[in-house]
Amino acid sequence: MVENRPWLNALSHLVLITGVVVVAFPVYLAVIASTRGPNDFYSGLVPLLPGPHALENYSAMFGAGLSTSGAPPLGLMMTNSLIMALSIALGKIAISILSAFAIVYFRFRFRLVAFWIIFITLMLPVEVRILPTFKVVADLGMLNSYAGLSIPLIASATATFLFRQFFLTVPDELMEAARVDGAGPMKFFRDILLPLSRTNIAALFVILFIYGWNQYLWPLMITTDTGYYTVVMGIKRLVAVADAIPQWNYVMAAVVLAMLPPVVVVVAMQRLFVRGLVETEK
Amino acid sequence: MQTKRTVFGNCVLPYLLLLPQLAVTMVFFIWPAGQAVWQSFLQQDPFGLRTSFVWFRNYERLFHDPNYLNALGVTVVFSISVAVLSLGLGLILAVAVDRLVKTRLYSALIVWPYAVAPAVGGVLWWFMANPTIGVVPYLLRLVGYDWNHALSPTDAMIFVVVASSWKQISYNFLFFVAGLQAIPGSLREAAAIDGAGPVKRFFTITVPLLSPTSFFLLVVNTVYALFDTFPVIDATTKGNPQQSTTTLVYKVYQDGFIALDLGSSAAQSVILMLIVVLLTVVQFRWVERRVQY
Repeated sequence: MVENRPWLNALSHLVLITGVVVVAFPVYLAVIASTRGPNDFYSGLVPLLPGPHALENYSAMFGAGLSTSGAPPLGLMMTNSLIMALSIALGKIAISILSAFAIVYFRFRFRLVAFWIIFITLMLPVEVRILPTFKVVADLGMLNSYAGLSIPLIASATATFLFRQFFLTVPDELMEAARVDGAGPMKFFRDILLPLSRTNIAALFVILFIYGWNQYLWPLMITTDTGYYTVVMGIKRLVAVADAIPQWNYVMAAVVLAMLPPVVVVVAMQRLFVRGLVETEK
Repeated sequence: MQTKRTVFGNCVLPYLLLLPQLAVTMVFFIWPAGQAVWQSFLQQDPFGLRTSFVWFRNYERLFHDPNYLNALGVTVVFSISVAVLSLGLGLILAVAVDRLVKTRLYSALIVWPYAVAPAVGGVLWWFMANPTIGVVPYLLRLVGYDWNHALSPTDAMIFVVVASSWKQISYNFLFFVAGLQAIPGSLREAAAIDGAGPVKRFFTITVPLLSPTSFFLLVVNTVYALFDTFPVIDATTKGNPQQSTTTLVYKVYQDGFIALDLGSSAAQSVILMLIVVLLTVVQFRWVERRVQY
């Protein structure tokens, strides 16, 4: 701090407190709504204080779901989301660390071509190639399957770059020493490179888990079987009905459950999260 | 391209290592993108029996279609508003944090919405803005404004902008804080000794030195507003009322997936791809050649 200006410090606190309240208020309301009974949402203002129905709302959504909206129980949808998020995060890390290893530690023909092909994936979000990608997945018979939910999203330019950048900073001597001792490339990768990359992998995992969990358009397109719905896309169906019949207590219980896992991951691993975020954008 | 001083000599292994990544990329990225380009030059008859090659007619048709031009306008307004709102609020919060000493708790409390899915964020605000029971319409009624995003295009646009910016504030905040902390304290101290007050220091020192961060964030936020906000719109307004919140991405989805107008949807996809390529190139050019003082 440059100089002492009490009123400016007070202003800063005020700004931050306002910011925190504005950022948290929608979530606070959702939590409150999820503890109320259905009769609180017909008219007037939404309730601002908690009610006694939390347990029944959550257990109803978690175990049974809402039949009027055609939404399966949240337990099932959250399991699907978890499977999808974990496969995407782990799959992305696995295939990108291997390709970064190939690009940095080998010299071979078409190395530059391979690098550029991977780079292009950065430029093609799902949203811009919706129909043709859907067709490919349909032709491969991967609609309504965990493979279809995760594999098409598994290619990652950012993760490959991150590992490439990191491998370039690993001292050359390590690899030379390993070669002198007679270690082959895979042994070097497993025993030296992998342990060195541990923090990077963890940071990347946090970011990619959130990315996978929050996918919306992709599961929306390729699942028609409610058994494969993920929780983030399933919420859409609940809301469509909630506009007609006020059942906001159930919808908000679902919303709270849908955002809980990624938020817990971010809060619990804040340091890794910040690191992952900053590194992937470099 | 950079590599190691010594490398492993093996002619098969590197290809095997690259195989999974390249296979996924080819099958799910390059091939569909190529299909989209090819498809955009074709036109199907209404019964899907015959397909003919029509050169650029799909594109021509698009740029004479008032609905498409409307979506283009909506996208421009929407993206600029989201970028300005989330960057502005992120900057204000970051500057406030940068002034204070003990800030771990504040940072933790501002950062977490990043983890909330855009669709979920949309629903949270949908509940807040519900015309019958929502908090926002209630407060606006007190000042005499009758909020209804189901009928008024302006209200709907404001709604999607706010709902989309909400979770992006935390992201911008994080990067602005990092940018502010990278500014050497000595510069500000020197300016303070020369008699510059906090406001003057902010505009003559902080703002110029923050310009690389701001530029980077501007591109990232534009990409976010263009593509990642699809869930917000689809889970809430669905592009209504009167297409006032139909962005380019939402239109690709509607025309292709719901109306099944393949040629037009493909042409729109290609235009979007060009926009992304352009933005990525711009981003890399500028990140390489950082603004320096």
